[in-house]
Amino acid sequence: MNELIAFLSDNLELFYILILAIFIGVELIKNVPTVLHTPLMSGANALSGVVIVGAIIVMLQADPTDYLALALGFIAVVFGIINVIGGFAVTDRMLQMFKKKK
Amino acid sequence: MSIALGIIYLIATITFVIGLKMLGHPATAKRGNLISGAGMILAIIGTLFLQEKVLETGEVVPLFKTVSVLVYSLIIAAIALGSIIGWYMAMKVKMTKMPELVSLFNGFGGGSSLLIGLIEFSKNVGVDDANKASSAIVTTILSAIIIGSITFTGSIVAWAKLDGSMKDLRLPNYNLINNLLFVALVAFGAYIVMMNTDSLILIYVLLIASLIYGYLFVAPIGGADMPVVISLLNSLTGIAAAITGILYGNMVMLVGGILVGSAGLILTFAMCKAMNRSLSNVVFGSFGSSGEVAVASVGKTGGSIKKTSASDAAVMLNYSTNVVIVPGYGLAVAQAQHVIHELEELLTRKGVNVKYAIHPVAGRMPGHMNVLLAESNVSYDKLVEMDDINPQFPNTDVVLIVGANDVVNPAAHTDPSSPIYGMPILNVENAKNIIVNKRSMNAGYAGIENELFYNQKTSMLFGDAKAALTELVSELKNM
Repeated sequence: MNELIAFLSDNLELFYILILAIFIGVELIKNVPTVLHTPLMSGANALSGVVIVGAIIVMLQADPTDYLALALGFIAVVFGIINVIGGFAVTDRMLQMFKKKK
Repeated sequence: MSIALGIIYLIATITFVIGLKMLGHPATAKRGNLISGAGMILAIIGTLFLQEKVLETGEVVPLFKTVSVLVYSLIIAAIALGSIIGWYMAMKVKMTKMPELVSLFNGFGGGSSLLIGLIEFSKNVGVDDANKASSAIVTTILSAIIIGSITFTGSIVAWAKLDGSMKDLRLPNYNLINNLLFVALVAFGAYIVMMNTDSLILIYVLLIASLIYGYLFVAPIGGADMPVVISLLNSLTGIAAAITGILYGNMVMLVGGILVGSAGLILTFAMCKAMNRSLSNVVFGSFGSSGEVAVASVGKTGGSIKKTSASDAAVMLNYSTNVVIVPGYGLAVAQAQHVIHELEELLTRKGVNVKYAIHPVAGRMPGHMNVLLAESNVSYDKLVEMDDINPQFPNTDVVLIVGANDVVNPAAHTDPSSPIYGMPILNVENAKNIIVNKRSMNAGYAGIENELFYNQKTSMLFGDAKAALTELVSELKNM
């Protein structure tokens, strides 16, 4: 329990940001027309690929002789970047179709 | 962290917020997506080259000077490989298969979080007590593993179900089993934290149990509800990313992940609202595949149906003033979007006023039908949303329903025992004539009978949507 309190007080700023980010997320998405739900979901999905940053950090910090960690990290980076690149690309393709045509 | 990297992360975070905001408006959506994408790439490049490391001497050096060439090449190779796979999948996918792909991508994100959690935990193995991670850190790691695993298998199951390669699986008392398993998962995680153990075996047990839970969580939910589930899982992936962000004190991961988490949750509720269902009803109600309900309503309908031919239907359309087309997923599956556009143009040239009625959940995801029709150049202002088109049906001469079923099922108004009771629908029965194109009399995606087909105003035009519409077009051309 003491550890938890220590963690909270050490990282209080983190929790401020966390709470504020929750509110921003809610505000951003409120009142979006149904038409855009699919691209929005796909775009938000691409954003969740931000976990790639963690995957890269894990690999950078890994011991070069720890092959298991490197192998798992490799897969983590591949997975993360698929989520990012695929997500943004497919959202773009979808939105391309909404462009006004003459 | 170097100040340069800190600024890069700040910029990336801002692009996420702005991009997400812009995605919410049709005019700016495309630019918004590109802005967040650029921010993401900036964050990735910054992470690769600007991380710093504190040496034992207290000196701060750039991390890339201490990392071996091998590790760097591996990371670059992984990024190249994943980019090619992701790009290829995104470019190849058919627009009808969009929901499946989003689900699959989401699974990859979850998989990434769970692997990061695993590696971080194993770093702790064999470390003496003084240097062990605090229980708060371990809690974070375990949460990343649990949530990452659930979204990983859950998304794959969602993908398989939409793809049609997996049927609903329902264990007896599955709600009870699932809830107990979830409680057990949390309790087991808490046990690992309390015991301060570094046993990898326990972590693997936790991992496998979480993967199984993800599978069992999604398996009983009917295919028609999959979009809501995907949106929910998407939100969870965001939360997993944010938790990993806490682990590294990394703001861009924290804010990016939380944005997706809260935005995804709001989107999930919006989708539920469009179907007039509550989230718990979707998750625990197992709608749309219950055999009993379908059988019960079959008994109630019955009666006779009226068949029509393409030439009769063409005549009817030709002499109408107002025609409303109701497109459903069946239209997209048959790849008939282009033919329907041709039909619409032909009728318009003949002086018929043609509109499309778009139900909020037409297709497989909200807004999916708009994407599909936009793909075949249907003009934007011809697509009318449900609330705007419903008052117009009494003045409509012919409603042409192509591959839609549940969104026009009057049972939503009349039959309290129906699983879709209360769902807002397109009130097509108010129109003067109804033509329904269907392949057969099979029930819709939700597995419910539709009494609309037995309505006196309804004529059934059986056949594959593309073939039937092509015939309709050629009949109309000859008139």
